[in-house]
Amino acid sequence: MPGTGPMEGMRVYNMKLGMWVFLLSEVMFFSGLIGSYIVLRFASPEQWAEPNVVLNVPLTGLNTFILICSSVTMVKAFAAIEHGDQAGLKKWLVGTILLGSTFLSIQVYEYIKLIHEGFVPMAARYAAEGGPLYGSTFYTMTGFHGTHVTIGVLCLIFTAIKAFRGKYSKDNYAGVEVIGLYWHFVDLVWIILFTIVYLI
Amino acid sequence: MADETTIERKHPRYFLIWFYLLVLTVAEVMVAFVSHLPDAVAIIVLLILAVWKAALVAMYYMHLKFEPPRLVVMVLAALPLAILLTLIVLQEGF
Repeated sequence: MPGTGPMEGMRVYNMKLGMWVFLLSEVMFFSGLIGSYIVLRFASPEQWAEPNVVLNVPLTGLNTFILICSSVTMVKAFAAIEHGDQAGLKKWLVGTILLGSTFLSIQVYEYIKLIHEGFVPMAARYAAEGGPLYGSTFYTMTGFHGTHVTIGVLCLIFTAIKAFRGKYSKDNYAGVEVIGLYWHFVDLVWIILFTIVYLI
Repeated sequence: MADETTIERKHPRYFLIWFYLLVLTVAEVMVAFVSHLPDAVAIIVLLILAVWKAALVAMYYMHLKFEPPRLVVMVLAALPLAILLTLIVLQEGF
């Protein structure tokens, strides 16, 4: 038991319940974005190009793989501390931070390359490869997700610092579990976005 | 208080789930760019694969499968609302 707050009623401790409620609000946030994307895309199909013409799908596929790997390392960190394995916690947390940072680095590289090629939000000069709506929605959706990943990496660094200071134990692992939930949610959202933005 | 049995039950074979996710991701790319399925069929298959992957992450990595039923109900209750929100937004476009 992580030992943070009452467990009656919902039978989960307060921090975890709070994170789940926050994540459910995030579900609504991304549902609004995805719904808007679908409306705009079907209302103005002429503004969309084939994804693999404009976007580097193999590179993003690799990035998707990296984010999935980071989910494994995150859950292994949680499993380690639940069993009191301090070394395992540190090892898997650092792995998650490295993989998350790699994901962000690749996304930044993708943005730089796309912008250099003229694929920028609200510009109509690349009409042959879709119109301004395509660029706007692409950067809005992937940008909001990237912001979430950035916040996740910062929280993971904070968690790792606490882990290296020995703040977590077999009886006190709420911080690891809660940031883990957030990180897996970010992975889950990317799974949906990758399909909608890059594959369809 | 979680005893050892509970802890074991809460930790499925994470690398097996990872392998499933990898295979499903490769399948998605194949469906999108290699297969010659009609567009409508490909979109439906891709959405099913995406939901399948998301469900694997939620159930096994977020441990929703092993959480108390009340929490599961609370989480699942948001999904129809999310679908409803999407449908309401769609009304704007058609």
